[in-house]
Formats: sequence, structure tokens, C-alpha cells
Amino acid sequence: MTANGASALGAAVPEEAAFTQEVPRGEPILEVRDLIKHFPLTQGVLFKKRVGAVKAVDGVSFDLMQGETLGIVGESGCGKSTLAKVLMNLEPATGGSVRYKGEEISRLSGAALKAVRRNIQMVFQDPYTSLNPRMTVGDIIGEPYEIHPEVAPKGDRRKAVQDLLDVVGLNPEYINRYPHQFSGGQRQRIGIARGLALKPEIIICDEPVSALDVSVQAQVINLLEQLQGEFNLSYMFIAHDLSIVRHISDRVGVMYLGKMVEVGSDAEIYDHATHPYTQALLSAVPVPDPAARESRDRIVLTGDVPSPANPPSGCRFRTRCWKAQQRCEVEVPLLAAPSWLDGAASHDSACHFAAEREIGQAGQSGQAGESGQGGTE
Amino acid sequence: MNTAVDTAKREREAPYEGPLLDVRDLHVEFVTRDGVAKAVNGVDYSVSAGETLAVLGESGSGKSVTAQAIMGILDMPPARIPRGEIRFRGRDMLTMGKEERRKIRGQKIAMIFQDALSALNPVLSVGYQLGEMFRAHRGVSRAEAREKAVELMERVRIPAAKQRVNDYPHQFSGGMRQRIMIAMALALEPDLIIADEPTTALDVTVQAQVMDLLAELQAEYNMGLILITHDLGVVADVADKIAVMYAGRIVETAPVHELYARPAHPYTRGLLDSIPRLDQKGQELYAIKGLPPNLLRIPPGCAFNPRCPRAQDVCRAEVPDLFPVTEEDGTPLEGRGSACFFWKETLHDR
Amino acid sequence: MPDIHDEDSYEPHPKPGVSHLDYAGEQGMAVEQETLVERDPVKREEARSLWGDAWRDLRGRPIFLISAVLILLLVVMAIFPWAFTDTDPRKADLVNDYLRRPNWGDVFGGGWFGYDAQGRSIYARVIYGARASITVGIFVTAAVTVLGGLTGMVAGYFGGAVDAVVSRITDIFFGIPLLLGALVLLNAFATRTVWSVVIALGVLGWTQIARVMRGAVLTVKQADFVVAGRALGAGTGRLMFRHILPNAIAPVIVVATIALGGYIATEATLSFLGIGLQDPTISWGIDISSAQKVIRTAPYVLFFPAAALSVTVLAFIMLGDAVRDALDPKLR
Repeated sequence: MTANGASALGAAVPEEAAFTQEVPRGEPILEVRDLIKHFPLTQGVLFKKRVGAVKAVDGVSFDLMQGETLGIVGESGCGKSTLAKVLMNLEPATGGSVRYKGEEISRLSGAALKAVRRNIQMVFQDPYTSLNPRMTVGDIIGEPYEIHPEVAPKGDRRKAVQDLLDVVGLNPEYINRYPHQFSGGQRQRIGIARGLALKPEIIICDEPVSALDVSVQAQVINLLEQLQGEFNLSYMFIAHDLSIVRHISDRVGVMYLGKMVEVGSDAEIYDHATHPYTQALLSAVPVPDPAARESRDRIVLTGDVPSPANPPSGCRFRTRCWKAQQRCEVEVPLLAAPSWLDGAASHDSACHFAAEREIGQAGQSGQAGESGQGGTE
Repeated sequence: MNTAVDTAKREREAPYEGPLLDVRDLHVEFVTRDGVAKAVNGVDYSVSAGETLAVLGESGSGKSVTAQAIMGILDMPPARIPRGEIRFRGRDMLTMGKEERRKIRGQKIAMIFQDALSALNPVLSVGYQLGEMFRAHRGVSRAEAREKAVELMERVRIPAAKQRVNDYPHQFSGGMRQRIMIAMALALEPDLIIADEPTTALDVTVQAQVMDLLAELQAEYNMGLILITHDLGVVADVADKIAVMYAGRIVETAPVHELYARPAHPYTRGLLDSIPRLDQKGQELYAIKGLPPNLLRIPPGCAFNPRCPRAQDVCRAEVPDLFPVTEEDGTPLEGRGSACFFWKETLHDR
Repeated sequence: MPDIHDEDSYEPHPKPGVSHLDYAGEQGMAVEQETLVERDPVKREEARSLWGDAWRDLRGRPIFLISAVLILLLVVMAIFPWAFTDTDPRKADLVNDYLRRPNWGDVFGGGWFGYDAQGRSIYARVIYGARASITVGIFVTAAVTVLGGLTGMVAGYFGGAVDAVVSRITDIFFGIPLLLGALVLLNAFATRTVWSVVIALGVLGWTQIARVMRGAVLTVKQADFVVAGRALGAGTGRLMFRHILPNAIAPVIVVATIALGGYIATEATLSFLGIGLQDPTISWGIDISSAQKVIRTAPYVLFFPAAALSVTVLAFIMLGDAVRDALDPKLR
């Protein structure tokens, strides 16, 4: 976020007041269009030469609706965490736009950016590194008020922090303790309290439970759901645990190698997936039911995810896809509802040959494409 | 791989009947600044050839410490083993000589770690590290060792093994590195493999590949496998029998199908219930209340009692044994045990 | 610990608009609570800060207490040497006192440690020599910590081109051997005082701190809590001084305290070589230097200033160790 970026925008810098309007439930509160984040690869120490770029996020579009939970799933390296950082303005976007309540926020800096930060907050994955070990819990949760003094007057801050501790289910008397005196689950609650302090409208949760013990995960998921209702929050919930994402999400987006490959309601994605990658991902999840061991029809993908510095042409999944054809090599599939599908299968899917999976066929070199010609342009 | 010598050696050792590994009343403690942390408090389990035992537990349950005690790779001190036996083919490894034990480790029992990147030496090529196993234990020549390394890499299905044999660990992806770890564990054709969270660090699509490979190789070599994990899904996929650990004790043992269908310990039941299910969408998840206990201060009685919905006075006063679990009419259920005074109620409640 | 029960029975206060609170978490705290109480029964209700806690921790460490008492003594000695001896360290009586042996009965008297080859009281010179050593040690350390700390912080925090330029400059200075560089620099001073030594060592010594600081900042900068601070809208100053500095300072303090001993030793070395302090300044290094001529016949002339120097250096190194442990809450 350079100063140039802000001045270039000039008059477009939104007033703080612009963010106070309410967005009706179910309307988009965050609109992401064609978002791109490339990390340049350089050589040399003093005089750097650009030799390429890691295309961590490469043209991602979606809407986050007011009051909903949008789950983002994908494997490591798919760009989901980078996406979170770009949305949080922690990394400058290389291209594309992020609109919050209709205002472009991806190129803000200074006071305007600070105002946006009040409304979009984040919960981190690792409760052990996301809290400053040198600060007491009271200082950690109270820091947002020091940065944004207008939110809580000085005299009220201690009370506000204690209320927040109470809200996340921690004893308000713990205000003078240090993070290391808490367990992982409790620390994650502290992180959530910090995220809530500024009364944001959107919280981006980046793998909020994956570092926690199984028996504690459910507690934190319940807390997040309860807070969503109480404070009318919109969540973007990034995770690799598909069953948890299904439980908490209203809609789900699947990412692969910097691209969103499929977006739909939880039922559309989990029961009517049309993108081969989603299907493979779902089939690979270990099911906690030994009875399903024999009957499972798992798609075992071959090979590894290609490097995001040098992604395949056309469809990025084609190197591991059993449906891949000549067309996938040359033509990038767009994320749109395929015209040849209807019902629950008709949701956004970036595949030339999108089709629901027929049990027993997957894994073979299928040819599901007859009806798919010219569907996505 | 199966040279005549190897086969002969195997046959010579074969006559031993009974479980491959038999752990009895194992205790492990750690001396810390704040006191003695009781990490393992009387664990019994056994594994036979060709069998997969899954040890399920959360962090601090003692599942990994038990495995490290079996491997003899605990740092002592701070760790100490005040009591217990670890019998491998009937012989207690805790009382045998250092040299003898070292021979069992690696040759007869091999371990696969969660983090393959830190378990492999970053400055040596994988081919060298694999070959080293043969050079050290079998005394083969450098060229032969290299050949063996390629052979092993092919066995764990690393593509283009011949070209990649001289690559370094960081040049492989996570899944491939875990395959190399498996290859390393398999190198000397051990009787038993201990896999400590082998797929936790991997992506789901790769997890499936690695787990499949491990299960396949286990069947092929008729090895015993101890799979240590916290993932109920992975366990359901590959285990024969399960031991659930909590605060350093085994709280339930059961064949895999029975455990999922009818848990006999409230902790197991709580874990199963807290998995998000389809019909619970939009509802609150079941959550086991509270936190796993601090090993410096394990609650008296049953360690699970402060978190248990069934806890009674007896649970706070006495430590429950691992009771044999039976049907309501008293028919014994083979291989089942539950360290809960109320196992009957828990089992038949469903 | 009667208040465990107090904690156990904590019930969230029902508030309008907040339906119910997570009961599970509460129980969790009760379980954890026992550990907390056990770990710090005294501190728990006091207001706490990093330095306050470090101080409380330090008070219980024998190593710290010993080194702190020693250092305090040395500092007092440096400021008020006359309080320890009424003998003039510059008074030379070659007739009566030439290499007179220590008189163990003359405690705190001029003859306690004996007299040197110029008939000066060794005890008085050891006392008065503390001033030069302590001044050089403390001021050089302060200078290099500020200079090196800021440089390292700037390089590590901003990274990129700033880092490249600053780090190359650091490397250039790092390439100059401390002793050799000091010899050259000090030759440029017409008269050499304590302050010229401080300037010379300060100009040459900051690179080590800068490197340590840069490394620590680079590590801490990556931490999620710094990212979280940025996400909250924290400015550069807050991120640097509230989040990064307290977490990056520990290795710097350790290196600085240990280096402090080193600077004292370097000053002694320079004085020994005749290029550091000059008469009439009194310094252990000068005394060690002049003692070498009589080392065979009167080893005590060398022993006392050398012992004073060793004890001082050791005291600062022990202090460094204790402070490092105390500043890391995870080690507590």
C-alpha cells in the first residue's frame, strides 16, 4: 500500500461515513472481482532482477453476502491464505478489485485504510503465534481501542475488554495474564475477542481450528456460530477440513492453484459437485465410518500440484484430471454455471466438461464432454 | 529385495508364536521444572504380524511418547520409565543391552514421522540416505546401495526414481518426502512399523495416496503397523483395532467397526459425537466440555471425570481398570475393553 | 490457594442481547485454572507487565543477585572511589613502598594489596581503576546498542533496498577488526581520555548488535501477531516498538551485556598496548601493562588488577545470562 496508490485514487478515497450504512441480509457486502496476487521472483542481492512470478491468486471473483458464511477450501498452495491476506490489505493486490459496500478498498492507504480495517477483521490459524507473548491478554484485546480510540473512550476500555472476554467465554479476571498461560483453545478465544473488539462486520477466519485438538475444535466452531448470530457477522471461513466447512458454511468456494474452480451452496458443492477437482477432493476425505471403507469410491489423483510459478496453460487442473482433453490445454474455463446442467448441478463451475459424478465412472479416463461444447464462453 | 539370505533369516526367526510387540503396564514420566509430568500411566497393547493397531488420542494423551519409548528414542533424562515391559518377540527391550536394542531399532522396528522434512537430513541426497541403511546394516558396496535405493524409491512409487535418486529432500513435495520416509522405514524389511501421524502434514488428496501405499506395503510384507493419529477418519480407513488414549492411559480398546458403531467410553463417544454430521447442519456441534488435563496434575480418579457427562463420585475417587466389555446378556465382546465404571450404560445407551 | 474455588464457580454474567455463553469453555478454564494458580500463586492478582514480571523473576535468581551485587559495588566504586580508600592512588613513595608485599592485616588500608614498582598503593589503584573500566563498558555498550539496534531495526523492518544498503554498510564496518581499528582511530586523538576510547569502540562495535537485531526483527516480523497488528491498523511506530522490539530485544540485551565485558577487556588491552588510556588516568589495563616488568619478582602487582578485570567481565556476562532467561516468559 504505497502513498502513490492512494493519491492516484484521489477523490475516490471513501469517507469513513460511507461504511456506516447497513447492507441488507443476503446482499453482497464484499465483492471480489478478478483479484490477482503475484509474488515476483527475483535474483541478485543489491540489484534485483525479476525472473518470474508466483501466481498465488490469479483472477478470483466471488461475493460475500451480508450475514453469511462463505467457506473456502483447497489444499496447501492453492492460494486461499494469500487471498485472505489480500482481502485484509496485508498484501497489496497485483490486480483486480475488492469492493466493500460498493467502495473499492484494495488500493487504500492511510486513514481510509484504517477506517476499513475497523470493519474487516481476521482470526488466525495458529493461536500460539498470533498473540504477542510480551503483552497481557488485556493489552492484546485492548490494542484495537488504542489504535482506533474513537471506538471506546479511554475510561471504558478495561470494561470493554472484560466484556469481550466474557463474550468469548473466558473469565474477565484473566485480563492480566499472558498468552502462554492459556491452552490452545483458550488462546483462540482471545484471538477471536481481539477480532471482535472493533465491532467489525466481516471476519476472515484463516484455518481457525486446524491447530486445535479435536475435542476443542467443536467448542470454537460453536463459539463462532454463536457470535455470528449475536453480532450479525459475515464470515469468510478458510479451512482444509471439509466436514467442518460444510457444517459452518452457507456457501462454499473451492480453490485450486490460485483459481476458484467451483462455487455454490454447501449442498451444491458437497452433493452435486461438477468440477473434477472438487469431486476428487471430496472423495479423498477420510470418512470416520469404517463401514464405508469398502463401499467408498475414491478418486486417487496422480501426481502433485504443479508449481504456481509455472502453472499449466488452459485449465490448471488438466495435468491431474482424468477428463482432460485438447481443449483444456488451450482454453481457460470460466467460472460460470454451465448451460448444459440444471437443478442443483447448475452452479458456478470452471470446467469445460462439468458434470456430476456418476459413482463408478470416476477415475477412468472419462469423456463427459459431449454436451459441454461452447458452454462457458 | 528378497535375497536368499533375507528369506533364510526370516524363516529362522519365524517360530516365535504370539504377538510381535507386547507392551505391558508401561509408565513414562518427564521431570520438569514444575514437577513430574506423567505422560504414560500404565499402557498395555499388543500388535501381531499383519495387524494394524491405531492409537487414537489428542495432544498430550501419551500416544507419541509410548511410541518413542518403544523405539527407545526418548531423551532420558528428562524422561524416565519407572515401570513396564516392552516385549518384542517375547523379549523385554527395556532390560536388554544397548547394542542388542540398537539392532532391533531400525532393523526390526522402524518409525515414520509426521514431519518428513525435518526427519530427513537436508544436506544428503535421498539416495545416499536410503543407501546408507544398506551400507550400515548389510555392508553392501556403494554401487549396490545406490541400486537398492532406486529400487526402494520405485517401490514407494516415486516417479522417475533413477533420475531423482541424487536429489535432496527439499526438492521433493510433501507427499513424495513422506514416501521416502516410508521407503527408509521399509529398507531393512522390519517386522513392525510405527507411524506417528504419517499423513497429518499432507493434503487430503495426497493423504489418501500415502495411506493406501502404507496399507498395501504392510499387507505385502505382512508387517505389524502401529498407526498413531488424532484423525478419526484416517483410523476408520485402515485400522483393524483401535486403542483410544487419554491422559496417558488407554481408555478404550475395540475392533474398528465396533468402536465407531458402539463406543463404550464417554470420551470416545464424545469424540465421535463432535464430528460435524449432515443432519446437524445449523445446530450447535456436540462439544466435550473443558480441556485435556495438565499432565502435571492429572485429576484424581478417572482422568476424564471433570469433562465427563456421566461422572459420579466413584469416578473422582477411583481409577477405573480397563474392564472387559460384554453384551447385555454377558456374551464377551472379543478385544473390547473400556476404562469406565459406566461402560455398560455408555455401550447400551445408543 | 483458597481462591481456586472462587475461579471454579465463575459464572458468565447474563447480559441483555447475549443469549448464553459457552459453558464448555468455562469448564475448560476451571481445569486450566489449577495449573495457573499452581504456577504463580503470588503474582496472579498484581498488575503485570513484561519488565515487572522479569524483575520479579530476576529477584529469585542467585546468579542475578550475585552479579547484580558485584556490579552495583563496581558502579559505586566508580562513582565514589574515595569512600573505599583514603589512600591517594597517585601517591608514589619509591623509597619506602617500592614493591612492598601485601599486608593482609591492613584491611582497606593502602598496603592491603601491596605496592607497585613506583611505590603506589595497589588497593587504591584497583579501586580507582574501576571508574575507567565501568565508564568505557557502560557508555560503549549504550552507544552500540542504540546505534546498532536502530540500524538493525530499520534494516530488518523495512527490508528490500533499505536492508540491502544498510546491511552492506554494516558489513564494511564489520570487516574492520575491533582492536586494529581502535588502534588506528585512537592514534588520531592528540590526548586520549576515557571518552576517546568510548567513541572509538562505539564507532567500530555497533555492527554485531545491528546484525543480531536485524536477524531477530526479521524473525519476529513474520509472526502472526505482527500481521494481526497490521490488520488492526497499527502504524509503523506501534508495530516496531510495541510488537517487534519487545520480542526482538532479548538476544540484543544478551549480546550487549556480554559485549560489555568484552569492551572493558578491550579497553584494558588498548591501555596495555599503550594506545588506550594514558597516565594520569588510572586503569586496570595500564596497571596490568606496567606489572609485566615485575611479574617474576612481584606477581601480586599483576594479580589484583587482573582479578578485578576478570570479576567485572564475569559479572556482566552472568548478568546477561540471567536477564535473557528472565525476559523470556516461556522459560519461566
